[in-house]
Amino acid sequence: MSAFLEVKNLNVSFPTEDGLVQASNDISFSVDRGETLAVVGESGSGKSVTSLAVMGLHNRKSTNISGSAFLNLESGPIDVISAPEEQVRRLRGKSMSMIFQDPMSALHPYYSIGDQLSEAWRLYNDGDKKAGFKRATEMLELVGIPDASKRVKEFPHQFSGGMRQRVMIAMALINNPALLIADEPTTALDVTVQSQILQLLKDMQKEFNMAVILITHDLGVVAEVADRVNVMYAGKIVEQGVADGIYYHADHPYTIGLLNSIPRVDQLDGKRLIAIPGQPPSLINLPQGCSFRSRCTFADQVPGNLCATVAPTLDEKDSAHFSRCHLTEKQLVAARGGK
Amino acid sequence: MLKYLVKRISATIVVLTLISMSVFLIFDVLPMDPARLTCGKSCSPAIVEGNRHRLGLDVPVQVQYGRWVKGLFVGRTYGEGQAEIVCSAPAFGYSFNRHECVTDLLKAAFPITLSLALGSFVLWLLVGVSLGIVAARFKNRWPDRLSNVFVLVGTSLPTFISGILILLFVALKFGFINAIDLGKWHSPFTDPIGWLNTFIFPWITLALAYAATYTRFTRSNVIETSSEDYIRTARAKGLSEKAILRKHTLRAALAPIVTIAGLDFAGLLGGAIITEGIFNLPGLGRLSIRAVLNDYDLPVIVATTMLAATFVVVMNLVVDILYAYIDPRVRVA
Amino acid sequence: MTQPILKITGLKKHFPVSTGGVFSKGKGVVKAVDGVDLEIFPGQTIGLVGESGCGKTTVGRTVLKLYEPTAGTIEFNGEDITKLTPKQMKPRRSQMQMIFQDPFASLNPRQTVGTLIGNTFDIQGITPEGGKTEEIQRLMKRVGLNPEHINRYPHEFSGGQRQRIGVARAIALKPKLIVADEPVSALDVSIQAQVVNLLEDLQEEFNLSYLFVAHDLSVVQHISDRVVVMYLGKVMEDADKKDLFLNPRHPYTRALLSAVPVPDPKIGRARERIILQGDLPSPVNPPAGCVFNTRCWKAQDKCRTEVPALVQISTGHKLACHFPEPASA
Repeated sequence: MSAFLEVKNLNVSFPTEDGLVQASNDISFSVDRGETLAVVGESGSGKSVTSLAVMGLHNRKSTNISGSAFLNLESGPIDVISAPEEQVRRLRGKSMSMIFQDPMSALHPYYSIGDQLSEAWRLYNDGDKKAGFKRATEMLELVGIPDASKRVKEFPHQFSGGMRQRVMIAMALINNPALLIADEPTTALDVTVQSQILQLLKDMQKEFNMAVILITHDLGVVAEVADRVNVMYAGKIVEQGVADGIYYHADHPYTIGLLNSIPRVDQLDGKRLIAIPGQPPSLINLPQGCSFRSRCTFADQVPGNLCATVAPTLDEKDSAHFSRCHLTEKQLVAARGGK
Repeated sequence: MLKYLVKRISATIVVLTLISMSVFLIFDVLPMDPARLTCGKSCSPAIVEGNRHRLGLDVPVQVQYGRWVKGLFVGRTYGEGQAEIVCSAPAFGYSFNRHECVTDLLKAAFPITLSLALGSFVLWLLVGVSLGIVAARFKNRWPDRLSNVFVLVGTSLPTFISGILILLFVALKFGFINAIDLGKWHSPFTDPIGWLNTFIFPWITLALAYAATYTRFTRSNVIETSSEDYIRTARAKGLSEKAILRKHTLRAALAPIVTIAGLDFAGLLGGAIITEGIFNLPGLGRLSIRAVLNDYDLPVIVATTMLAATFVVVMNLVVDILYAYIDPRVRVA
Repeated sequence: MTQPILKITGLKKHFPVSTGGVFSKGKGVVKAVDGVDLEIFPGQTIGLVGESGCGKTTVGRTVLKLYEPTAGTIEFNGEDITKLTPKQMKPRRSQMQMIFQDPFASLNPRQTVGTLIGNTFDIQGITPEGGKTEEIQRLMKRVGLNPEHINRYPHEFSGGQRQRIGVARAIALKPKLIVADEPVSALDVSIQAQVVNLLEDLQEEFNLSYLFVAHDLSVVQHISDRVVVMYLGKVMEDADKKDLFLNPRHPYTRALLSAVPVPDPKIGRARERIILQGDLPSPVNPPAGCVFNTRCWKAQDKCRTEVPALVQISTGHKLACHFPEPASA
C-alpha cells in the first residue's frame, strides 16, 4: 500500500546570471493521508522549492526539475514532474492544494471572498454563481468565520489577517483535496491566532483525512503538529524521522545545533544559547563535501578530511530515522560530551 | 455615497470658480489692451473707447467677472440700441474679431475636437494596451523588444514632427487625402466616410504619441501584477494561465489606466493644438491658439480655458467614481 | 537606591484618523498607547510583549521621542524630556538609541557600512579619540563583522550581518538605553541566537539597559529581567520574568503563554491550550471597560464597564484585572 504522495530523488535548480542555483537536491520522502509531515528549514534550505515542484508551480521553461513525485490517486498514480502541464494543472485545487505565508496579499483585492471561493469550486464542479456562493458560505462556516452568509459578500480588505488565512484554508479545501501543503501558514500571524489556525488545520485534516505537508522554520510549531519531520539545509534533507526521534534523539549536528539555539518559554534557567556559528551557504557555490561543514562544531570528530571532501548520503541511523552525516553513533556521543 | 458625491461636486464648483477668477485676474494684470486690438490699424480712439465700453472693459475686473458669470446663466447683451448684440445663454462673451458670440464659435469647434479626441482615444487604448499586454507576456523576447522600439519612437517623436511626416509622406503622397479637402468637416452621421477620411491621419498622429506611453505603462503594470501573491493563489487553485491573465491579472493591472486615460482624454477635449494645426482642423485647439497669438481675443481665451478646465475637473470626478467601482478598497463605506 | 534610567508615567500616544473626503476633519483616533507606566533600571532588560496593535512598537518610538507623546511623562536619566523640542533632544540622543526590526529596510542602501556607522559621530559632532575610522572598525569587530568590509554596501551582507551593523550603529556613542524593536524577528533561527548572545554580551560589557520590544515570547523570556504585557494600548501585567512565566495572573497572559509553541512534542501534545475566540478589536474603537473583555472567558459585567487599574498584587508584580487568575505554586 503506497502512500498518497511519494517523492523520489527530486532535484530543482534554476539557471541564473550568477550560475546554477541548486535549490533542492536529492529529495525523497512520502506522506500519506491522515499524516502530517513537517519540513523544517531556514531561508535557502529549499523547503518551499520542493513543495512548489510537487504542485507544479514552477515555470517549466526556466527551471530544471528532475526526479519524480507520484500522487497515488484513486484513478491511478500520476507523476507530477513528468506529466503534461495541463494534467498537473487539473490536479491543483482538486487533488492537492497549497496555502501560503502571507494572507494579507494572497487574495485578489478587487473580488469578493465569495467570488474567489466560488471560482475555486466552479472550476471543478458544475454550478452557477448562486451555487458557488452557497458552497462558499458553507466552507466559511466550516473554518469558523462568524456571520458567514453576510461576510461571503465582503472584500479581502475587510478581513483581519487571521480571518484571511481561514479564508485561504477554506479555498484550499473547497474541493476536498487529498493533499494540503501549508507553506509557513502562521508565520505572519500573532501567536494567539497561530494557535487557532493550527487547531483548525488539525481539525480539517481529520475531517477530510488529508495528507498535510507543513513547511515552517518554527520548531515549536513542528512539535505541536507533526507526525514526521524532514529537516532541510542548503537544499538537502539532512535529517528525517518521526517527530519524537528528531527532538529527543537528534542525530545531525544541524538539528542538534538548532534545538540548542532556540530559547523556550518553559526553560527559565537563563542558560546562554548555543548559537550555530557562521551563515547558510550560497546555493550557487555549494562547498565540496558536506554543505554544513563550515558551521559544524562536531566535524573534528570525523577522522581524515572526510567531511570536507565527501558529501555524506542520507543513511538510516536508526529505525526509520535518517541522517546525512559521516558521524558514527560513537563519534556523535563523544562530540556531545558523552550524552 | 450621496454625501461623497455632494462633497465632490461642491469641490468641483469651487475649483471651477477659482479657475475662472484666476483667468480674469491674469488678463487684467497683463499689459495688453484688448479694446485696442478689436479693430486693427484703422481704429480711431473713439471707436476703441466705444468698443471698450461695449466689451464691458471699462469697469473694474470684479464687475467684469460678475457680468461674465451672470451671462453664463441668462445670456448677455453688448452695447445699446442699433449696435446691440445679444448672445444667448450660456454666454461666454462676444468676439469682436470674429463678429460672433463666443458660444457659437465653441459650438462649431467642439464637434471637431470631440471627434479627434474620441477616435484617438479609442485607437491609442486599443493599440497601447494590447501591445503592452503582449510585451509583458513575451517579456524579453522579440515581441517585447519590438514593442520597445515602438515605445521609444512614440515617446520621443513630438507630434509636430510625426504629424507633418505622416501628412506629407503618407496621407498626401499616397493620395489618401486631397490637400484642398484637408480638415473639412463631415458629420459622422450624414457622411461617415468623409468623416473618417478627415480624421484618420490626425488620429494616427495623436494615437502614436499616447499609445507609446500606454504600452510602457501597461507592460510594467502587467509584469508587476503577475508577481503578486494573489496571482500565485489563482495558479495554485488550478486556473489556466489564460483565465488568470483575463480575470485576475488584467483587472488589477489595468485599473490605474482608467484614471490616466480619463484625464488624458479630458485634456484632449480642450483641444489638440498642434495636430489641429497640421491637419487644418478648426477645433478648439485652433480656436484658442489663434485667440492668443493672433487676435488677443479675450472672451475666446477665457472661454476655451474654462471649457478645458471644466472637462478636466469633471473627468477627475468621473474617474474617481469609476475607480471606486473597480477597487473596493477605495469605496467610502 | 539607584534611579531608573527610564521612567514613563501615564504615557499616551493617539493618532488621529480621518475618515472623510476633502473637507472633513479627522474623525476618530487610534489609541495606540493609552496609559502606560514603565521603569527601566541601569543594566536591566525590560521585555515589552503583545500582539499586533497592542502598542508596543509605539511605546518604543515614543520613549525615544520619535513620536511626540499625546499625554504622560517620560523621564530619562532623571530628567523630564517629555516637552523637549527636537533641537533640545539632539544632545541627549547619544544616550538613547534604537535597533530596528528590518535589517533590509533600516540601512540606507546607498551608504557604506563606514558611512552608516560614522554618521552617528558626525551628527553629534563627536570625533572619537584614536580616529573615526579606527573606532568604526573597532565597533565592527566588536559586533562580529570583518573590519575590512568597512567600505561595503548593505546589500553585500546577509540579514544577520546587517542587523549587526544596526547594533554597531546603536552602541557607537555608548548609550545608556537601547530600544530594540523586534531585533531578531526577521532573522533566520540559527542567526537569532547569535544576535541575542551579542546583545547580552554588550549589555554586560557596557551596563546597557534594553527596552526589548517583541512578540516572540520565547526570546523575550530568555533575554528579559522583567516583562510587561500589553494589549490594545494598555498594560495588562508587569512582573519579574520568572514570576510572569511561572505564575501569570492575567487571563490574557495565560492565554498568550498557552499559545506559544514549545519545541518539545511530548509537552506540545499534553499542553492545555487556551484558545481565544474572536478577533482583536479595532484600536479606533476599543471596548469599554477592560479592553480585553470581548475575548476574555471570565468576563463579567464589571469588566465591561469599569477599567481595571494597574495595581500591585505582590512584590514586583502589577496587574490590571478585576478577576485575576489564582496564584499557582
